Amino acid sequence: MTVEEIRGENENYEQFPVGLRVLAVDDNPTCLKLLETLLRKCQYNVTTSSQARAALKMLRENKDRFDLVISDVHMPDMDGFRLLELVGLEMDLPVIMLSGNSDPKNVMKGVTHGACDYLVKPVRLEELRNIWQHVLRRKKFDSKNPKKSNDQGQTHQAGGEGCGSPLPGNTDQNAKFHRKRKDEEDESEDNGNESDSSTQKKPRVVWSIELHRKFVAAVNQLGIEKAVPKRILDLMNDDRLTRENKYRLYLKRISSVAATQQANMVASPFMRMGSLDGLGDFRTLAGSGRLGNVALPFTTGGMLGRLNSPANVNLRNFTPSSLVQHSQPQNLTNSIPSLGKVHPLLSPASQNPSLFQGIPSGLELDQLQQTKGVSGIPNFNTMDDSRMFPTPGTFTDPGTAIGSSTNLASFNAESFNVGISGSSNLLDPGRCNDNWQNTIESSKMQPNSLLSTPFHSQLPRDNNSLNTEPYLQNNPFEDSREGLIGDFHNMNQAPSQRWGEQRQSYPQGSTNTFGSLNSHIPANGIVPPVSRSLDQNSGIFNQKIDMFVNGRSSGGGSNLFQQNENEKSQGGFVPQSCDSLDELVNAMIKREQDEIVPNCDFGFDDYSFGPSI
Amino acid sequence: MQRQLANMKQSLFDQLEELQDDANPNFVEEVVTLYYRDSARLVQNIDKALEKNPVDFVKLDSYMHQFKGSSSSIGAKKVKIECTQFREYCRVGNGEGCKKTFQQVKREYATLRKKLEAYFQFARQVGPVEKACRRK
Repeated sequence: MTVEEIRGENENYEQFPVGLRVLAVDDNPTCLKLLETLLRKCQYNVTTSSQARAALKMLRENKDRFDLVISDVHMPDMDGFRLLELVGLEMDLPVIMLSGNSDPKNVMKGVTHGACDYLVKPVRLEELRNIWQHVLRRKKFDSKNPKKSNDQGQTHQAGGEGCGSPLPGNTDQNAKFHRKRKDEEDESEDNGNESDSSTQKKPRVVWSIELHRKFVAAVNQLGIEKAVPKRILDLMNDDRLTRENKYRLYLKRISSVAATQQANMVASPFMRMGSLDGLGDFRTLAGSGRLGNVALPFTTGGMLGRLNSPANVNLRNFTPSSLVQHSQPQNLTNSIPSLGKVHPLLSPASQNPSLFQGIPSGLELDQLQQTKGVSGIPNFNTMDDSRMFPTPGTFTDPGTAIGSSTNLASFNAESFNVGISGSSNLLDPGRCNDNWQNTIESSKMQPNSLLSTPFHSQLPRDNNSLNTEPYLQNNPFEDSREGLIGDFHNMNQAPSQRWGEQRQSYPQGSTNTFGSLNSHIPANGIVPPVSRSLDQNSGIFNQKIDMFVNGRSSGGGSNLFQQNENEKSQGGFVPQSCDSLDELVNAMIKREQDEIVPNCDFGFDDYSFGPSI
Repeated sequence: MQRQLANMKQSLFDQLEELQDDANPNFVEEVVTLYYRDSARLVQNIDKALEKNPVDFVKLDSYMHQFKGSSSSIGAKKVKIECTQFREYCRVGNGEGCKKTFQQVKREYATLRKKLEAYFQFARQVGPVEKACRRK
């Protein structure tokens, strides 16, 4: 919309920015009063609220009532960043953050969460005089998009009515839809740019932040319990998305971001995630524990539950301590270097930094390739932080059987589970079981799920995230991991489990599952995204993958996978073709098995989905 | 006298004063009153929190963050500086340091209040019509 259009919509807009409708939120009454007066001085139309929830309610009641939101960061009832995310997701309004703290980390957080601006208290009048630019900028961008007609229509509707009557039909859906359109547009643009190398079979859906946001919003709307991919998809109203797409890609991206280190390993194939590219933001997030940004669109399955809560936070807080609760340090250390990677994701921030560091070295695909997976493990050892993984409880025991490595896996899983705790999604145990003929498989799956869950932020693919487990194994498990990962992917989406396929290479029962996973992955919708991710090699993906399961052919970024991948096909990871994946997996597995065997004992058997889920 | 008042105003609030106009005639007073209430409450809370054992630094920091925010909003620079120091002690978990610093905070805060009170009294004397009427 041009300025004229905006003006046309609202009589006040003739003197734009006079009459700009601002919603100010700050729990500090002095500051709020001051802010209100300052804004009135700029001749804006101000509404104040000292409660974030009340503000959100106001916004939800009438999306067109406000043009801009200014919110304090530090609030008692809701974190300012969370409000920021929600507003951006649901209402797509420009949000300005306000804080007494000028710490660059916070500013960065604001940026990654989508804030238009970040002001430091005490706020000056001059600064507020310019905030209208954010409103205009957003509208202008919308108009530039071809789809903007929808947006414009929307805007016009909103503006024209004055009181912002709700869009026709389901406001939420429409809004989402419009947003989605816009996103799609943006995405397609992104896709066009990024997907050169990918060999996707279908247009790549870039899991942009918008999509993610929509995703989260949809999930929120549905509630954790009911947030199934289909419904979410419906809500998101994006035909380009498929269940597989969104979450997995997202996960990939997240994992790649998280697994920067791993990214190296998987780099090429995963990069393709496409979404990764799209997620420039995520990349930035890639910092250890950045996953949070990725906002887990993954919640395809139970994941949603998780996503919902942190939604935006998830990614950011990837290191969320909640995810990883060090449960079993001992096991973790050895086993799974990959886990280590994963851990970073899971483990609380504190861990992550260390983990990531540890991992990067290990994760380097190149390294892995050489070391055949084993190298990956060393890194994890550093990570060992069993802390990372929340005491998987069940896992630990079984894990021990398998060896430390498995524990890690379990931990991962558990940690994931912990993270997910609510999300049940990861591995749909039921599905896993079905798919996994072997108990091991299932157990593996769990870890994956666990892994995936914590990864919420990282790998939406939680199902795929199980892949992380594979990491643990590095060894022969890689195959299994892949299978797991793949399964997870599949599981989430459509258990196409090809479990049997990969089996061959897996020396251990569990590995088989991975094998199938690998193949599955390609089969499932996930694969396409994976391939995309793979192609991209964007750093982000690697990162993510590092974290999780780069291994997953689908690009889930399971680190393990990457490791495997590295060995097999460094870069060639195109998950698209199951065969290739299978081959890769098998190859990797074989190699890994030779080398890593000891680690592989994940002993998933014992893993019970219960704790993880 | 008017000039004196203007000078006082200037030294105390530079920006706040700017915001006072016909549309918000008693803005400064309103804000300051609000600040009084708010900060008094916070000071009380902080005092109580400091007396507890063990000290809850997270809560302390949260209170202080608010106190600092509002103080800086009305332009109380000295108070704000002491608050920053306090938060630093909070961050490292130094209970004694916090208590000591808080004494300083309170001192600055008391000085501020005195100045503000003096200003308002003076303002009322000088311009009963313009500023004396207290709204709300």
